[in-house]
Amino acid sequence: MTNIDKKIDTMIENDDVVLFMKGTPDFPQCGFSANVVGILNYLGINYQSYNVLDDIELREGIKVYSEWPTIPQIYIKKEFIGGCDILKEMLENGEIEDFLKEKNINFKIKT
Amino acid sequence: MTLSAQEITKLIKKKIPDAIIEVNDIRGDNNHYHAKIISQKFKGLSKLKQHKMVYEAIGSHMGTTLHALMLTTSES
Repeated sequence: MTNIDKKIDTMIENDDVVLFMKGTPDFPQCGFSANVVGILNYLGINYQSYNVLDDIELREGIKVYSEWPTIPQIYIKKEFIGGCDILKEMLENGEIEDFLKEKNINFKIKT
Repeated sequence: MTLSAQEITKLIKKKIPDAIIEVNDIRGDNNHYHAKIISQKFKGLSKLKQHKMVYEAIGSHMGTTLHALMLTTSES
């Protein structure tokens, strides 16, 4: 296991919901990352975000770690969920609420 | 270097021959696409695995010659 794998292991262990994104939640640097931030905020979930643009090793490492070639990436309770398209689809078909309940993640949908 | 919608379709078709594929250039810049893919091969697979299969088809183009690819996959 490489150092970056160990680092990512720790990142997804430290928080229940972890978002690897381009930019920050306040200043996303890519439309897909912005969409994911929007969804997580809408769901009222607490999450930890990491800006891959600040860390080239993380930017490349997370793609290998998840076997997923794009960013953003979302982990919930150490489980890889996917990127923007999957999260959006889970929101639209209501699957995300069942999933969050199952994982014991607090959320409060903003009405 | 960018990929055309036809090239993306061809790459996916190679990996998933039965796929019905629609690729739209959402910004008209040869760099941001939305691919809708229907294939029997997706049957019984999670969305994660379905999308992974498509990414495998695109291979190293993803993130290099192809910047953004929105995916919508289904089995029918």
